[in-house]
Formats: sequence, C-alpha cells, structure tokens
Amino acid sequence: MEQVTIKPAATEITYRDAVREAIRDACRRDERVFLMGEDVGRYGGCYAVSKGLLAEFGPERIRDTPLSESGFTGAGIGAAMAGMRPIVELMTVNFSLLALDQILNSAATVRHMSGNQFGVPLVIRMATGAGRQVAAQHSHSLEGWYAHIPGIKVLAPATLEDARGMLWTALEEPDPVLIFENVMLYNMTGKLARDAGPVDIDKAAVRRPGRDISLITYGGSLWKTLEAATALAAENIDAEVIDLRSLRPLDDATIMTSVAKTRRAVIIDEGWRSGSLSAEIGMRIVEQAFWELDAPIGRVCSAEVPIPYPRHLENAAIPQVPKIVAAAKAALGRT
Amino acid sequence: MVDFRMPSLGADMEAGTLVEWLVKPGDQVKRGDVVAVVETQKGAIEIEIFEAGQIEQILVDLNTKVAVGTPLARIRTELEGPLGAVTAAPPLAAPAIPLAGPPLVRAPVAPPPPPPIAPGAAARARVSPAARRLAEARGIDLSTLAGSGSAGAITYADVERRLRGAVAPPEKKRAPWLDLDAMRTAIAAAMARSKREIPHYYLEHQVDVTACEQWLTQKNATRPPDNRLLIGALAIKAAALAARRFPAFNGFYRDGKFEPASAVHAGVAIAIRGGGLAAPALHEADQISVDELMTGMRDLVQRTRAGRIRSSEISDPTITVTSLGERGVETLYGIIYPPQVAIVGFGKIVTRPWVIDGAIGPRSVVTITLSADHRVSDGHAGALFLAEIGRLLQEPDKL
Amino acid sequence: MPTDKPRLSRDHMLDLLKHMIRIRRFEDKCAELYTQEKIRGFLHLYDGEEAIAVGIIPVLEKRDRIVATYREHGQALVRGVPMTTALAEMYGKQEGCSHGRGGSMHLFDRATNFYGGNAIVGGGLPLSIGLALADRMRGGDIVTACFFGDGAVAEGEFHETMNLAALWGLPVLFVCENNLYAMGTALALSESETDIQRKAACYRIASEAVDGMDVIAVEAAARRAVHAVRESRKPYFLECRTYRLRAHSMFDAQLYRDKAEVEAWRHKDPIVRYQTWLEANHMVHADDSARIEADVAAEIAEAVAFAEAGTWEPVEQLTRFTYADKASEPVSEALWNK
Repeated sequence: MEQVTIKPAATEITYRDAVREAIRDACRRDERVFLMGEDVGRYGGCYAVSKGLLAEFGPERIRDTPLSESGFTGAGIGAAMAGMRPIVELMTVNFSLLALDQILNSAATVRHMSGNQFGVPLVIRMATGAGRQVAAQHSHSLEGWYAHIPGIKVLAPATLEDARGMLWTALEEPDPVLIFENVMLYNMTGKLARDAGPVDIDKAAVRRPGRDISLITYGGSLWKTLEAATALAAENIDAEVIDLRSLRPLDDATIMTSVAKTRRAVIIDEGWRSGSLSAEIGMRIVEQAFWELDAPIGRVCSAEVPIPYPRHLENAAIPQVPKIVAAAKAALGRT
Repeated sequence: MVDFRMPSLGADMEAGTLVEWLVKPGDQVKRGDVVAVVETQKGAIEIEIFEAGQIEQILVDLNTKVAVGTPLARIRTELEGPLGAVTAAPPLAAPAIPLAGPPLVRAPVAPPPPPPIAPGAAARARVSPAARRLAEARGIDLSTLAGSGSAGAITYADVERRLRGAVAPPEKKRAPWLDLDAMRTAIAAAMARSKREIPHYYLEHQVDVTACEQWLTQKNATRPPDNRLLIGALAIKAAALAARRFPAFNGFYRDGKFEPASAVHAGVAIAIRGGGLAAPALHEADQISVDELMTGMRDLVQRTRAGRIRSSEISDPTITVTSLGERGVETLYGIIYPPQVAIVGFGKIVTRPWVIDGAIGPRSVVTITLSADHRVSDGHAGALFLAEIGRLLQEPDKL
Repeated sequence: MPTDKPRLSRDHMLDLLKHMIRIRRFEDKCAELYTQEKIRGFLHLYDGEEAIAVGIIPVLEKRDRIVATYREHGQALVRGVPMTTALAEMYGKQEGCSHGRGGSMHLFDRATNFYGGNAIVGGGLPLSIGLALADRMRGGDIVTACFFGDGAVAEGEFHETMNLAALWGLPVLFVCENNLYAMGTALALSESETDIQRKAACYRIASEAVDGMDVIAVEAAARRAVHAVRESRKPYFLECRTYRLRAHSMFDAQLYRDKAEVEAWRHKDPIVRYQTWLEANHMVHADDSARIEADVAAEIAEAVAFAEAGTWEPVEQLTRFTYADKASEPVSEALWNK
C-alpha cells in the first residue's frame, strides 16, 4: 500500500522564523531584493533573523555593512532610486537616529520634491521596544515619531501572519516602508500556514470583537492588551481589541467603527506619552467620533523617563496588563 | 528711463537701509556694477545694478530704511543690443503670488469622513458631554431640549438656557423639538428680524383652479383616502417649478448679497397643535413627481407634529409656501423666513363668478400671494413669477 | 582608445567657452530675478566654479548619473537640463523640471539622469554610492558622479561614504569642489587636514587635486578619472581647487572673507583666463565671443519668457506625489508633451 504523507498545513514557528522566511522568500522571488545592514551576514543578524541567509544567497545579497547607518541607509535609498529593491536593516530604532536625515530628508521627500520623477521603493526594518533590561539607549519606541512623516509608510507587525506577509507587500510599494519589529516578539511561537503569503499593509484588524470598550494598540503591546481583555472578560467587561498594524496611514474607518459601537476607547502605545501616536489617535477620535463617546478617551503609554535598567523599574516604565485593565475599567466608571 | 529698486537679497529680507552710494548722477554704469551699499540684519551688502546707462537721479537719501522694491535711483538706459534690451525693461514690482489657473477652490484637505455609525445610533440625540453632565446634575430631560450646536447637538448653553428660562436667540439652524415655548421664542425672533431687515413687497393674483380640482377628482377616484392627492401638492409643485424659472425668488440673502440656490427646496409651513409652526423642506420640489410631493408632505406633517424633524430640514428651504387650508382666509400674506427671499401664500378655494369664453360661470378660484425681498427682486419680476404659478396650475397633468 | 587626452579641436575649445559663459550669464540673470523677487527662498550661484562642471560633465556618458548640491545650476545646465525648465523650477512654476516643487536647490531631471540638487550638506554622498551599488550588482558600466563642497568633508556621511565606496568597490567619481569656504567658515578653521584629497587617499581611494580654475586641466583630470572608474569599477576622488566669486547665497554680507582675497581670485576667473588664453593662441576671434554672447542672451531671454508664462500648480494638488499616484504617469512628462 502506498505511503501517503500528509504535509501539515501549518507549522509551529517563531516570529523570528517568520521574518526570516519573509526575507528568504523575497530574495528568491526577486533578484532585485537584497538585505543590507550591520551583522546581517556572518553574525546571522543581531536577533538571529537572518541566520543562514548568507550561505544561501551570498555576500552581495546578504550584505554586511560597517557601522555607518547614515551611509548605508542613504546607499539603500540610492539603490532603490536606481531600480533595486533593498531591505535595509537598522539594528534597532535607537541607532536609526543616525540615519534620520537620510530617511526624512531623502527617502520621504524625493518623490514630492522631484515632481514625481524619482521614487524610493525601499524597505527599512528595525527592531524596537523595551523589556530586555538593555537600558536607556537601547530601549526606545519611536514608531510614533516616524509615523509623523509624510512620504513614508510605517508598519508594526504583531502577529506571525503579519511578520511573514507584510514584507512582501512592502517590497511592492513604490514608496519607502518602515517595518518595526518589537524585540519582545521575536521569541513568540505560534502556528503559521506553510503557504502563508502577502497581507495588506493599510488596514487595522479587530483581534478580539467586543461591545463595551475599544482597546486600540499595535506591536509589542498587542499581546498584553489581549491578555488584559481576557482579564476584563472575567469582570464582565467585553473589550474589543484593535491591532493597528499600519501606523501610517492609520485606518480611521476601523477605529471609528469600533468606537461608534463601544463608545469608549483606551489606546495602548509603548511610546512616551507626550506627543505620542496615542495622542494622534485620540485626536482623530475626537474629530470623527466625538458624538459617539460616552467617556473620556484613555491611554496607557510609557512613563516619561529614559527606560531604566533594573527589571522592576523597567516594568513600571512601560505599559503592562494591570495598567491596561485599570484604564479600561476607569473608562467604564469602575474602579 | 528705468528705476533701480531696492533688491530682495533674501527670503526674510523685507527692507534695507541705504548707507552708501558708490555712484552719483551723471555716472555711467553697466550691468553688474556695484552701485550702493545696503545695511541689512546680516550686515552691509553691496548691491549691483542690472541695467546699463547713466545715473540720472538719486531718489532716496542715505540712512533711510526702505522696503524691498522701492525705487532708489533713476537710470537713463541705452538700448544696446539684445542683452541691453532685455534688461532695459523696467523690473516688475514685487507681485503678490498670482493665482493663475483655475478659480479659487477649497483647500484640498478633505473633511474627516462622517463616522460610520452603528444602526440605531442615527436616532440618538447628539449631546455634548458638558451638556449631558449639567442636565444630569440638574434633572433636565434632554429629550425636551432643542439643540443649537453643530449638527443639531444639544450644548451646555442649551441646558443653561432651559435652567434660566431665558430667551433663546434663534441663530442659524435649530431643530424644533416639541418644546413649544422655545419654538415660539424662536419664531418671534425670526419674524421680528425678517420685518426689521427685509423690505417686503406684496403682490396678489387670482387663479382659476377648476382644472386642478377636476384633475384631482379624476385621479383620486381610484385611490384609497390615505393615498389621495391634495391641491396643496399641486400648489407646491407649481410654486417650485416657477421658482426654478425665476431664480430671484429661490435662494438666500446673506452678508449683503443674494446667493441663488442651485436646488429648489420648498419649505412647507406646517402648524403644530398648541401654537407651534415649522416650515421644513421638501427637497428638490421641482424635480419630484406630485405623488412623491404628496408623500413627502404627509411625512413632514407627521414628523413635525411628533417633533422628529431634522435641523437640516429646517434650514434647507430655499423658498417657502404657506397655506391656511380650507378653514383659512381667502388671502394671506406671509412673512419671509430669513435668509430666504420669498414666501408664496395660497388662500382657501372659493367659488366665484368668472368669465370664461365670454360667458359668466362659477369657477373655483384661489388667491395666491407673493411676499418678496425687494433687495433682490421687484414687482415686475414678482408679477411674472406669480403669473407663472397661475399658468402652471392650468395644466395639472403636466405638473 | 585612450580617452584621457583632451580634444583640442577648435569646436571643442569653443564649446567649453560657450558652456562656461552660458552658466555665468544664467547665474547673473538668476541674481537679477532674485532681487526682483521672481526667484525666492535661497539662491546659491556658481560664479567662479564653472570650469569644474564644464570640464567634467561633458566627459560623462548619457547613461552615467549625477548627484549634486544646492549649488547645482551649472551642473544641471551642462548636463542638458533645459534652461527653460530649470528657470521655471526656480520660479516655482509647475512647468519646472521638478514640477515647481523644489526650487533652486532641488533641480531633478530624470531624462538626463540628474539625481538632484540636495540641500543637506553631504546628503548626496550616500545616495551616490547607492546608485553605484545598484549598477555594480547589475554588472553595468555606469559611472556615478557625485559633486559636493569642502564643507561636506566634515560630515560623518562623507567618511562613511568614502569607506563604503572603497570597501565595496563602487564606481563613483567623487568631485570635491573646494572653494575654501563652507558657507561662512573657512576651510582652515574647520578641518585639521586641509589637503582634502589626502582624506580620500586615507580610505585607499585613488585621488588627485587639480586647479579648478583651469578648464583644460579639469577636463584632462576628468578624462583620466572617468576612464579609471569605468574600467576599474572602483571609486576615484577628484579635488578641484576653486573659488566662489559671489557670496554663499544672495543674502550674505561676506563678513568672513576679505575683499582683497576676492579680488585676487577674480583675476583667476576661469572664463577670463580661458578666453584670454584662446585669444592669445588665435583659437577664438572677437566675433566668436560676440556670437556666443548673443546666443546665450537669446536663450536666457527665452527661458525668462518661458518661466514668466509658466503656471502655478493648483493648490488642490498639494498632496499629490507624496506617495506614488499609481493610476497616472509622472505629471511633469505629461506637461511637457502638451
């Protein structure tokens, strides 16, 4: 009798694996794609995302760079303008500040400034977020800053599907796309279909439907928010959790539909509170759904401190499940 | 002869002070010569001349601060070939940015899209958080309030007013909820303003509506009572069609000028039991069929009396039609609802002796009136307008 | 076929002269228009540096690429960006080469592979190695020419770029237009090592310095350099020593340099020097110069008329081309085809 092997439809993988698969897939599909960044080749990537890719694709396509963020980001921009599809990896958002000039003054401006003669189809990936006790200079969440800039798109994949599928779509964009991978997500495991493919990059997703309050978040805070929703359910509060997925552009329609339904909103954002993305979202809700609100909009953000090193202080500085639960209950007038 | 003017040397330079002349009247200058020194916030800068010729006259004294573009000296030019000819043309004065191209359009920023509200939410009143809190604290029933905020929202001031029992200034839009006191106050203010600001003129015209009655009888013969057409619908349709043809009676007088409206939304005066009055709009009254008009009227009457009229329906009418019906009088002159510019009145139908084809016979006659804003139209136009209504009512099947 | 010897035919000689005069008169007209507020914002003129653009750019091929700075009118004109659209761009009219969006500092022209003026000092350097990287990965033979000033060598990006270019073997011709001043700061006051080409040499890039006021010398050096880059696919660094005869920009009182120094350099004016040399060697006659001046004047008049007649981009198109408008072709081409 013939042996029939049934391939599992989904495999258990990590977020890190999903990103690696996305890069590998892109390099295979399109010879214009190449990865460029610090320690992406021989080291295998600071977070082991690109492990093994150098052996598979060679040093021209998995290109180690010197510590020259501005230089190689600008090079990525130039290469994109000349028709390649580079993926620039900036080790973390903390170091991306050295490349901010190139990102803002070149990548984001060239199309508009040149009257549409040149575009920059560049993807920049960066790790972001706190939680590993790596202290103030290695723990920023600056996605909100980047989301302020017109001319680029900003993504925050928080699930395996998105980690796997957003890169594909981003590489097809004619304009620069920044993808932020929260450091606390790399080890996350889950099941992902083997043939998982591209996903959209402009819609938010309702990860948990609910009736009583809209919890709006992105990136590393998604899972804490879902956990908070479970805790709230035990207290008879039915929370709807929205994963923004795209930080620029923001999916207003999904946000407002949710708030119109629940009449309450709390935004969870790992950036520092003042001038954060949560402020932008809150203002949009006021602009577009003011009359639906039944309670003030709340937010849970990072404390306005440089992220400290010791665990208990770091935990206190960034959004956590109990704070999210408390904020949701406050919106409902419960303590 | 050309003027040499104070040059703009920088994006933020508005003026400069001449501190030295390096030439005097009679000197020959050529393009590129440095002729003066100007003190600016950055320091002294030498300025060059772009014309060739002879300095004729110095126009500005030293140490005076002058604006960019001010003539500093007169130059007698020589037309010396293409280069000279080009530069001999007097330099244009600093222009404001000319907006050549398409005429003024709105800023490109799209307004935020209306929120996708869940079904059922449309009926929910809009109440500001501050108003809600005050009402709750002081025991006011929000459903009895008229909202004066944007999109008919009930504001803090609305609640306050109720608490004070004060007179409400009925500005712009208002949703006439079944708060008759507030409604009467609002009507009083509107009518007083109308009489104060609008120079009304009045015309009346008698119209034979026998044809209408006959047509209605025939139409209604096969219809159940709640689907029958009334002459009011014909009257409104005729008035609306006439308003389309005579734009001076359809629109708004605001900020000192008349804005003709592109659509004809006929305000229908509706009396409310207890002394209220509202005139909500039948939209596109000239475009819809008489049947649709009738249905619309019925709906408006019902909703008005139940207090469920939207504020946009109150502010939309571009002309109003009023009638006191069968129990009214023969002739009624309305007062224009500002900012509209006309109101047409229909009296009750009476049987009169009339001359038809040389013989006297009984006919159903109605007196229609026009009260119109004399800032926008005058009697001649008004007469044509009324005559048009009369003419349209002779052919009810064409309405 | 050795391409490193300058062609000394009369036609070529006159060409060089015409290019330089064309730039000078154009810049002069820009200054005039600026004082009349037709051109706004910042205006940086190339007077005194013409020999560099004129000596180098004609040596490049059409497929080669150019990255420049905010002082890029000279490079743009020699490269073939039409004077009409360049001036319209400075007026801010939508018929401009960047659709009116950029102004004087941001002339872009796809048709001539002109990858922009750039207002960030040193900002174009990483871009240039990116363009070269793309070509290298595709196995082409394009030369990317990157123009920048002495000010840029202080920026970190300069050093990162030199290192990457040498490390990865990128076919870039780096042209440093050393006019001794970064805006108002003299080179000696900002660099510990003022011999700029030595900095590139430290990164193991083939480098040389040349008299930037001598168009023949610049062309000869350019031929050597471009040939080297194209054949070796490695970078080359050409420091052109020159001087800015006008101020940094229009609104500059030049408090940082001596009038005597400016006058001394005026005697080395590249156009005057070259013209004198040509006349002394009977390679050019009086009516050649007159004809050049007349042609240039006519072209400038035409450009001014074009710019004056240009139209303003409708305000409701403000946000267009922030992102790609996938439905339509680039607007600037459509406009030119009208």
